[in-house]
Amino acid sequence: MPSRDRRIWEHPILTFRRGRKVRFFFEGMEIEAYEGESIAAALYAIGIDVFSYSSKLGRPRGAFCMIGKCSSCFMVVDGVPNTRTCIEPVRDGVRVERQKGLAPVPSEKTVDGSVEPEEVLETDVLIVGGGPAGLSAALELARYGLNVVIVNEHFKLGGQLVKQTHKFFGSKELFGGLRGFQIAEMLSEQLSKYDNVKVLLQSAAYGVFRGGWVGVASRNKLYRIKPRAVIVAAGATEQYLAFPGNDLPGVMGAGGAQTLMNEYGIKPGDRALVVGSGNVGLIVSYQLLQAGVKVEAILEIMPQIGGWFVHAAKVRRYGVPILTSHTIKAAWGRERVEGATIVRVDEKFQPVPGSERDIECDLVLLAIGLAPDTRLFAQAGAVMRWIPELGGPVPIRTRRLETSIPGMYVAGDASGIEEATTAMIEGRIAALAIASKFLDGERAKRVEEEMEKLLDFLWNEYRASPLLARARAGKEKATVSEEEMERLRKEHPPLVSFR
Amino acid sequence: MVMVLESVPTYRRTGIVSVEELKSLGLLPPEERLRKGPVAILECPEPIPCNICVDACPSGAIKMDRIVDLPRVDWDKCTGCGTCVALCPGLAAFVVDLSKPDKAYVTVPHEFLPVPRVGDEVWLLGRDGRRLGKGKVVKVWERNRTWVVTVEVPKELAMEVRAIWVER
Repeated sequence: MPSRDRRIWEHPILTFRRGRKVRFFFEGMEIEAYEGESIAAALYAIGIDVFSYSSKLGRPRGAFCMIGKCSSCFMVVDGVPNTRTCIEPVRDGVRVERQKGLAPVPSEKTVDGSVEPEEVLETDVLIVGGGPAGLSAALELARYGLNVVIVNEHFKLGGQLVKQTHKFFGSKELFGGLRGFQIAEMLSEQLSKYDNVKVLLQSAAYGVFRGGWVGVASRNKLYRIKPRAVIVAAGATEQYLAFPGNDLPGVMGAGGAQTLMNEYGIKPGDRALVVGSGNVGLIVSYQLLQAGVKVEAILEIMPQIGGWFVHAAKVRRYGVPILTSHTIKAAWGRERVEGATIVRVDEKFQPVPGSERDIECDLVLLAIGLAPDTRLFAQAGAVMRWIPELGGPVPIRTRRLETSIPGMYVAGDASGIEEATTAMIEGRIAALAIASKFLDGERAKRVEEEMEKLLDFLWNEYRASPLLARARAGKEKATVSEEEMERLRKEHPPLVSFR
Repeated sequence: MVMVLESVPTYRRTGIVSVEELKSLGLLPPEERLRKGPVAILECPEPIPCNICVDACPSGAIKMDRIVDLPRVDWDKCTGCGTCVALCPGLAAFVVDLSKPDKAYVTVPHEFLPVPRVGDEVWLLGRDGRRLGKGKVVKVWERNRTWVVTVEVPKELAMEVRAIWVER
């Protein structure tokens, strides 16, 4: 019987304004939650760690990514199996059950709720993803009077900005100095003033179809959308790491823990071990301390810290050890992590025998990198390339961020892992590139000039920092000239075009 | 890999920048300026694409030609007001005052509960998190949930204390 309260009521940075109380059923038990919470978050808050059992071995599975990108929180909700409970809001009376392996195929008999008739939408621009890149793109397009549809999987806008409590670098003009969630609030608020922007929440673009149609599945409704251009700003997925016990509840993506504590105000655990010292690992560690979680150590397999010095300094000042040349060997526990074994590695990244050490903890957070979410490009048949500096396969694009599918643009982490400020800039560049084609005369020229100014700033000033050298090198590899793109299109004729 | 390691500054391996490293990067004010009164020390050794401190400084004392440059403080213009401490996104700005005869004053950013109050005796933490002793809080103010806290510290710890911890 769940009895814990993991909700955070006092926080140095955040004020959690909880909505009205909602009652729903978990395995037949009545559970109290707050409006605005996801089902997974509400269950985690009262101490439920296990959301499902794996198909073959029946191993317990808990929260992992918490942003709808993995399958760890699949549950049966009102008879619908494979529901991603991390992005499914709590509602009065909903019935939630743990999923055990493969579920029976749902039918009208097992699924509650009605289905609305499908809708056909025509729009100037379809934006997939309502994070920093998507919102910035939408604002730019809306400003020029173009019609925009934003498709967003989560039930709120902002993407991963909503859980960023640290202040952003950059300049005043780039929202530098504001905390990430404040930027999300500002962008969403600005966007709400335009009536030429339609936002589809809890909706996923599931495919690109012949003739330039995009299929979108909403909660209980299908949309067929015919846009004149598409911007895919679908973000990224946290990467896994192979080690025994890596599927135990309590082993989470660092971003998953961040969602719990900063978006929902739920303490993810009491003692954490963080794997990876890139900016994500360092920032999340600092935020764990702010949420009252003890950080036992940050492990880094390289002989030096991955992230920026100032982020490292912030956690070192409060005594968090950063163990370079160390990695995790195993996590152990029964239905939840109870500890982990760490090990030192040599110059070839091989474990040094005898250097193993056990650390008691109830959280193991993986912060070892992100992979761009480029599934829509793969499905549409865009020319793609695997670029390690960018975290995986990404679509080849021009400087204006158009891919080999004419009229299909990419922006933000989906274009290759970088960071939120460049995501916002890329979103604006893609939007301006589209606007320059859709507008005419003087206005088109002005838009073009604005885009060139942004491109110049992005490539020649912002990305001039040696700290961004890796991402820059990756983005250079992914970017081709207009002529080269035409050649690629001749070699690999696009299956579809939005132009 | 070994070659890379040799060229890497110590702070990239430890997360702790030494006073010597700060000095060699030109980030420390000269001794005589330190003795004159409060002055900002920006412990920002890497070229982060960020110029928030430049805009933040009410005295126009921080300069940067390009957004990826290290911040340069004009020590004569700097009044040690602490605005940069509140606004630096990297929480890398501090103010040190060595002008008083027996005590030094260090101003640090703070983002933890409980919020320190004037008169509190708080733990003084070094760059490595070590507890260096206790010190009295003499001033506290806040901007967008970053508290700017000035503590009284023994003079020899002025270049060591870079955080506080409140126990109540």
